[in-house]
Amino acid sequence: MSRHHNVRHYPGAGLVTAVFFLWLYAPIAVVIWFSFNENRLVSVWTGFSTKWYTAALSNDALLDALRVSLIVALTATVVATLVALSAAMVLSRNPDMRFRRLSETVVNLPLLLPEIVVAVASLILFSQIGFSNGMARLIVAHSAFCTPFAFLPIRARLQGMSRDYEEAAKDLYAAPFTAFRRVTLPLILPGVFAGAMLAFVISMDDFITSNMLNTGGTTTLPVYIFGLIKRGTTPELNAISTLLILASLVLALLALGLSARWMRRG
Amino acid sequence: MTRGKAVEVFKVSKSFGNFQALDDVSFTIHENEFFTLLGPSGCGKTTLLRMIAGFETPTEGAIVLFGEEIEDLPAHKRHVNTVFQSYALFPHMTLEQNIAFGLENLGWDKARRQARVAEMLELVHMTPFAKRRPDQLSGGQRQRIALARALAPEPKVLLLDEPLSALDLKLRQAMRNELRALQRQTGITFIFVTHDQEEALDMSDRICVLGQGQIQQIGTPSEIYEEPVNRFVAAFIGESNFLDAEVTALDGERARIRTPLGLEITAAHKGLTDTGPATMSLRPEKIGLEEQAVGNVMTGTVRARNYMGGYTHYVVETAGVELRVSRRNGLSQAESYPVGQEVRLGFRDDSVRILAQ
Amino acid sequence: MRGFRVWGLVPAWSLMLGTLMVPLIIVAMVSVADRGTYGGFDWAFNLLSYREILFSEDWDGNLAFDPKYLGIIGRTLLLATATTAICMILSLPVAYVIATRSPRMKALLIYLVTLPFWVSMIVRVYAWLIILGNDGIVGRFWHWIGGEGTLLFTPGAMLVGMVYSYIPLMVLPVFAAIEKLDPALLEAGADLYASRWTTARRVILPLTWPGLAAGAVLVFVPALGTVLEPMLLGGGKQMMMGTLIQTQFGGGRNWPFGAAVALVLLAMVVIVLVLNARRAMHRETRA
Repeated sequence: MSRHHNVRHYPGAGLVTAVFFLWLYAPIAVVIWFSFNENRLVSVWTGFSTKWYTAALSNDALLDALRVSLIVALTATVVATLVALSAAMVLSRNPDMRFRRLSETVVNLPLLLPEIVVAVASLILFSQIGFSNGMARLIVAHSAFCTPFAFLPIRARLQGMSRDYEEAAKDLYAAPFTAFRRVTLPLILPGVFAGAMLAFVISMDDFITSNMLNTGGTTTLPVYIFGLIKRGTTPELNAISTLLILASLVLALLALGLSARWMRRG
Repeated sequence: MTRGKAVEVFKVSKSFGNFQALDDVSFTIHENEFFTLLGPSGCGKTTLLRMIAGFETPTEGAIVLFGEEIEDLPAHKRHVNTVFQSYALFPHMTLEQNIAFGLENLGWDKARRQARVAEMLELVHMTPFAKRRPDQLSGGQRQRIALARALAPEPKVLLLDEPLSALDLKLRQAMRNELRALQRQTGITFIFVTHDQEEALDMSDRICVLGQGQIQQIGTPSEIYEEPVNRFVAAFIGESNFLDAEVTALDGERARIRTPLGLEITAAHKGLTDTGPATMSLRPEKIGLEEQAVGNVMTGTVRARNYMGGYTHYVVETAGVELRVSRRNGLSQAESYPVGQEVRLGFRDDSVRILAQ
Repeated sequence: MRGFRVWGLVPAWSLMLGTLMVPLIIVAMVSVADRGTYGGFDWAFNLLSYREILFSEDWDGNLAFDPKYLGIIGRTLLLATATTAICMILSLPVAYVIATRSPRMKALLIYLVTLPFWVSMIVRVYAWLIILGNDGIVGRFWHWIGGEGTLLFTPGAMLVGMVYSYIPLMVLPVFAAIEKLDPALLEAGADLYASRWTTARRVILPLTWPGLAAGAVLVFVPALGTVLEPMLLGGGKQMMMGTLIQTQFGGGRNWPFGAAVALVLLAMVVIVLVLNARRAMHRETRA
């Protein structure tokens, strides 16, 4: 059958798709490309240099912001994953409990509400009750909006898992917690891992909430970068961005590799 | 032979919302017995098994295991084990680890565990596969490991939930014999759930036929087949011709009936108390054609013929009634009777069962 | 296990109550409070903040209708709608092409669609700042074809940034919907004398509609509250509701007014979500 008679073929669709992918990756490529520009002006190419990386890596304020972001993201990831795991266990194992749908909506609430509104709300509450520790404020707020991202993959995994395994564990004399630790948890681990990974990335990436709650001294990486951008684009910014892009790609590849391995193992 | 009581089910009812899964069910299972719960899907047999295992609690009634009431005992404290329909082998553990899992939870020491795992693998002929994972096994092998895992903790009662339904026909036949042999060898009480009447007839010491949440009949395989107490049992197990008849006289386990075929015969019955209208049941293979027509003999016309290989099924019309007749294709090529042909057919008095309405 | 049934949900409920539900009630209370003299607010009950959205008070205390904030709300709605529409139109051919590839290629392309999502949002918006700037590739092209002024700090720049930020949220559900289509349906369309484009319009589009609707909600809701694009690509001149709210919460700003605008934004989002839930329910009852 010739291409022109293939009913599944739409002329032009392939071209649109190719342009789409080009458009999706071109901006990222541009950022990376100009990070190696020797010139002070971002988009005027004058020669290859890695000096902006040296500058970025010796920028104490940047490293400080990175440290804040990592502490917040790691803590929030642990809290959000534990909260989500516990909620997902209850909700998926008691399909006809009271308030199940309501509880599910509550867990997913941060996905439904505009982040700027929630950020404002947290700011007002925190300042009203005198909760002023910057780092703790960030950790609490990040834990909340990371929870649904951790919840969804865990929930999906639990729902895809036959209840027979848990019943078999109990049938073989495993007390409820033993059954969870030795059977349920290992089987939903890919979901837990995916959830934690998402929570971590979402927290690392957050600007709106972190900016709203920023008290100085707890400037996160995106907030710091925002400040730099406001002062003008520089190749150092490109270098920082490139490092961030690389970190994201490493994380994404890690996630892909692990999920592929788990898929193979069934 | 008197045997101890393994499981006693007392007046157990179970409802899920408005759905009555089990309604006032009582029976006793003896030690060393191969006891089968047989019925169509939705009859409550799996619910009953799950209640014995501890995964469901009865709405009413009690379950007693070796003299001990187990209602409040959670599943992980009941000394019964289950072979799941899906096998539910833990995919993240080796076969060894799967079999050892229950023993670890019971607190067996390592040496004893290892010995028992080896013994179990030996029992189900799976020793070379000890280090494999469940996804590397065939259906039949998984079935064996599921059995080994459930038998390893030396349960007093083994529960089997349709364990053969996931296997193909040939393998199912072989596993039936293996299961039966294993039960004899271990002396453990087996409670077997199935919807397959052939499986039930082949393997069981006794069968409990469940229908619509109620016990229809409990008895040995031949009792269930030859002496069904009601139309449900007669229809669910094997095939039968059901005809409306009139009971004219009762005498012990014999009844005098007038059949719609215009005959007066004596037939066996159970539990019949009154004369009057009744249903008579006549199995297709109990009706003989031509040279096999003995007892009550009449003539009829062949209305349909289905060649099934080992058997040929006929529908024969006589006295305005259509009877299904099954004829074995014997050693020599049995002659066959074409549609429209007149044939002689006959059955003995004691082939007829009178069922309570 | 029975005890766990309740306790397992306690952390989630407390976290959401403490950081979302209770704070939102306080926002509602602040929106009817008085503006504090030095920032912050004083408890009160009046609707002055809501009035301020529509009217401004001159030095003599006369009220006059002022479309300044209404314009920002309008721009927000317009940009969010345009973003959603462009994402829908663009994702249809892209999702279709991906869905009709081999399983391996499909997985790879879907992975490529989601990959930019892993990259920091601020970096992605920054990239457009470079590209659209006067020295950037697109900026120079603009001048080369005779364009005047700068592309940055315009609604167009914000729109490009928003579409770029949110399009994976549209491609994924549309892809899922198209992938479920039975290829035989297209052949049936052709068999019944429909041209390709008639088949697209009368067979593919109706069956892809649920995916498009799901994607529309996923894109529209965050687009309404977006902050980074107006701040960077709009240069602070082209305010949207998100930035309007944001600027009210610095020191010495008008917290009650910010709270009122936040509630208006929240109300808009809730309306969209309720409409979507009703659509989903309607579809369920039909199915």
